[in-house]
Amino acid sequence: MGLALMLLIWLITVISTYFFVAKTWWLPAGASAATGFIDQQFTFTFIIMGIVFVAAQGLLGYIVWRYRQTPKSPPVSYSHGNTTLEIAWTTLTAILFIGLNLMGSRVWASQRFEPAESGAVQIEATGMQFAWYFRYPGPDGTYAKTKASLMDPSAGGEAAVGLDTSDPAAKDDVVTGTMYLPVNREVDLSLRSVDVIHDLFVPAMRFKQDAVPGLNIHMHFKPTQIGEYEIACAELCGLGHYKMHGMVHVVSQEDFDKWLAAREAEKQ
Amino acid sequence: MAGGTGGRETVIMATPATVHSHAPQGFIRKYIFSLDHKVIGLQYYFLALTAVFVGMFLSLLMRIHMIWPTASIPLVGEIKPETYLALLTMHGTIMVFFVLTTAPQGGFGNYILPIQIGAPDMAFPVLNMLSFWTTFVGFIVILCAFFVQGGAPLHGWTGYPPLSAVPSAGPGEALGADLWITAIAIFCVASLMGALNFITTTLDLRAKGMTLMRMPLTVWSWFITAILGLLAFGVLLSAGILLLMDRNLGTSFYVPLIVVNGQVMGHKGGSPLLWQHLFWFFGHPEVYIAILPGMGVASQILSTFSRKPIFGYRAMVYAMLAIGFFGFMVWGHHMFMSGMSPYSAFAFSILTMCIGVPSAIKTFNWLGTMWKGHIRFDTPMLYAIGFVSLFVSGGLSGPFLAQPVLDIPLHDTYFVVGHFHLIMGVAAIFGIFAATYYWFPKMFGRMMNEPLGRIHFFITLAGTYAIFMPMHYLGMAGQTRRYSQFTEVAYQTKLLPLQTFMTYAAFVTIAAQFIFVINLFWSMFKGPKASDNPWDATTLEWTTATPPPHDNFGGKTPVVHNGPYEYGVPGASKDYVMQTDPPTQPVH
Amino acid sequence: MATYTPSTPIDDIGQKPPAPPITGGGDDGRGGDVPDYGARLRRARLGLICGIATVGMVFISLTSAYIFRRGLPTFQGESNSYVRDWGSVDLPWLLLGINTAILLLSSISMELARRKAARQAALAPVTSIPGISLGEEKNFPWLGITVVLGFAFLVGQGLAWGELHNRGFFVSTNPSSSFAFLLTVAHALHLAGGMIALVWASSASLLHRPVEARRIAVDITGWYWHFMAVLWIYIFALLGLAR
Repeated sequence: MGLALMLLIWLITVISTYFFVAKTWWLPAGASAATGFIDQQFTFTFIIMGIVFVAAQGLLGYIVWRYRQTPKSPPVSYSHGNTTLEIAWTTLTAILFIGLNLMGSRVWASQRFEPAESGAVQIEATGMQFAWYFRYPGPDGTYAKTKASLMDPSAGGEAAVGLDTSDPAAKDDVVTGTMYLPVNREVDLSLRSVDVIHDLFVPAMRFKQDAVPGLNIHMHFKPTQIGEYEIACAELCGLGHYKMHGMVHVVSQEDFDKWLAAREAEKQ
Repeated sequence: MAGGTGGRETVIMATPATVHSHAPQGFIRKYIFSLDHKVIGLQYYFLALTAVFVGMFLSLLMRIHMIWPTASIPLVGEIKPETYLALLTMHGTIMVFFVLTTAPQGGFGNYILPIQIGAPDMAFPVLNMLSFWTTFVGFIVILCAFFVQGGAPLHGWTGYPPLSAVPSAGPGEALGADLWITAIAIFCVASLMGALNFITTTLDLRAKGMTLMRMPLTVWSWFITAILGLLAFGVLLSAGILLLMDRNLGTSFYVPLIVVNGQVMGHKGGSPLLWQHLFWFFGHPEVYIAILPGMGVASQILSTFSRKPIFGYRAMVYAMLAIGFFGFMVWGHHMFMSGMSPYSAFAFSILTMCIGVPSAIKTFNWLGTMWKGHIRFDTPMLYAIGFVSLFVSGGLSGPFLAQPVLDIPLHDTYFVVGHFHLIMGVAAIFGIFAATYYWFPKMFGRMMNEPLGRIHFFITLAGTYAIFMPMHYLGMAGQTRRYSQFTEVAYQTKLLPLQTFMTYAAFVTIAAQFIFVINLFWSMFKGPKASDNPWDATTLEWTTATPPPHDNFGGKTPVVHNGPYEYGVPGASKDYVMQTDPPTQPVH
Repeated sequence: MATYTPSTPIDDIGQKPPAPPITGGGDDGRGGDVPDYGARLRRARLGLICGIATVGMVFISLTSAYIFRRGLPTFQGESNSYVRDWGSVDLPWLLLGINTAILLLSSISMELARRKAARQAALAPVTSIPGISLGEEKNFPWLGITVVLGFAFLVGQGLAWGELHNRGFFVSTNPSSSFAFLLTVAHALHLAGGMIALVWASSASLLHRPVEARRIAVDITGWYWHFMAVLWIYIFALLGLAR
């Protein structure tokens, strides 16, 4: 029985670890500036936790087999504990966990405690049941006002976000269903929501942020590779949560300017 | 050696007429509205058993739908996306409240705690009875949500507004959501009554010689859990009342100006984050409420079946106190992506890592308990060992999620689902299984079937790992949670084979649970008769008759001389010394 | 190395060792077999402390909700800026002040009732001896007075809510009025629960329950009642000062 249990625990450990180490299913290829340090911190945490996992399960399995009761077992080693050992492993664990966390916090601070770089592309992403709309403020650099009473999600585009066309700043606001971004330039994203909480999740950009109604949340990231990347909604928002899908197109600065100019032209 | 005549030399106190020696008469007073903590404990247990089968059935439907979204299931029909979300919401709520907060604490805590401290009953038996029946009413109310117009709510067990605050935000969000909130509010009241009872009992009803530091770790775990419950459930009650007010009285605690389905709603200025703060201030202690009793049971059983004292009893007590204490300070780690200040996120993150330390200490001490022991593999021990393995696996994904920067790719993915299922959905359940196999002989006077127990254990351990370990892979690959199907996002459709494997593993594992139920009920009537102390264990419940008499000790209050885990004492005539045996010399 | 030596030799003939005293004596396990009146009072008070902790947590969480909701601005698309919408509520201060005074008076009468019950319980062993008389004690119905004052408070609160309606403030008017109603109604509900306990405690004497049981009921209800008064002062201050 002890042997069977040890083998099962070890087998589970080996199989689980194999798939982790082989990266059979792993973080998707990253395409943003943040990928480097996020993935590095992830890998570091992963290696440490992985060692602890294998060691702990391995030891558990071993103990369970080695100290099974047999007719030939030596007497039990009666003990209420070992204070020195207790202090030692408590200290080590604390150093390990807190140290790991402080390392990760430096990464977090660099990402979140700083505002976007100057010259960043301004985009507003608005979530609603069940689509994303993206608004570019245009040459005047100002987002026009929006009005709740003007919002009509079924009409799509400007009406979906409730653009107040009487506002002069609205003349150059472009609203699209797809996010176009120029590569290697920081994006200053404003996240809003019309109805319930949504979450803009772009796995390839290592970007995730809740879009909360009543708030206008600023986040920034920098795409570093041209390509098309999927957006998934990552906060339960209703029956269509699974199909609240979007796309991010990262193109060259040139192509981006051309695209935006074309959208502006359509508005005239 | 002198004196060792078998563990039953309780010093007999000449007692005047006891208050509780009159056993109740009549079916209603004996089994329905009983004031006896043992009957109430069993009532809670069977309520939880019913709830867990409801919850498992819901999860089975979920897993089937994920793989075959268009399938029509016999008796249920086709599952629409909103139905999937309703199943998900009710699965979570029923499992967290009516299973994990009910069986370990209300079930085993009620039955065993008074006996383990040498008391004839809980401090307030009438309150105890009321707390069970209130829980029962809560369960009925939540089940009603399935049957009203619109059905059960679809906002998840976490119920974030505005989705949960606006009836038009989705099917089930009208009457179904009101019933859901009401059921939870009823459950809060029931839990608060129970918590009050547990705390008073533990502090005031201990037998002579049962000092705090001689209490079994199970008693400590139920006591600390009760304190957590006392302080946390009131906050959930407040949160729920504010939500009911937003839904029905037009207030705007949680809901800002929003437009749903093209209609401007009449709220403004509210903050969805307020709900999250209130809910998670309750929600985090709640998960410790779910796991602490399992830790206590694991300690108890590992010691008993290794024939060794628990390694580091004091450290185990301090660790549980630390877990309880820090448990109130880490709620923000559920909100890293919520729009909360990144500085707060940093603070919560450090505190969360702190809570990993006492959990690690407990794991080291469990291993230390078995080290150089004489391990016996009765079924309770198998489950306790499984508990340790699962606690390690589930716990180690914590440090990933505790770092906000790693939470960016992992929040709201299956990584989180895997983390909490391994700990709550499996480890805590293993704690319940371990406790069941361990105390069944004392409760019913018969032994459960060992071979069936072993088969149940091996299939369940392998099966639950097969279901929940792959969730970590899915999460890393970006599989978001609460998706009713994976057909719309290209990178997620590629993950279907793994999801399919998990569904098949779920079929097998759920089927294996029937082995447990058959064993449980068959053994109650036909199992071999149990002696008073079949496990040669030391704590007070094993000193009394099997099953215990109405006042637990047949008029003889025990007097305690020893600690709770005196196994393998060198020089003793047998390999265990009961708490009521004449005292052993202190050992360092 | 540990050795095992029994400290109480058990006589094989079966003679029982002398029974240890039933109360007191070392260890903090007090023994739960025969709860005497003192123990039952202590137990009830311990339960009450737990109950107060829980009710306290409810009001602490409502307070945090208050602070949070009041402080946090909301983003308004119409102005592209954050605005606060706390609003204000015109509370009927005179009426609330009178209610506060009534509640405080009821606390005084409650405390007098509590002490009277304690005295009666303490003297019960003496007064039950035939032929002993401790002289006429003024039998002022403090408990009854507390019930009346409590009822007056609740009626006064009802009038206050009516007055708020007259002034155009309903629960959904603005967040400030929402919290005003929420806090005062929540307090009134808890006080009503205390009233039920009060009525039960005062009828205990009519139902000829033992004087100790009466004392415990009045004692517990008394402390709860004082807590309700303190809670009211707190809510009053919150609504007043945090305007």
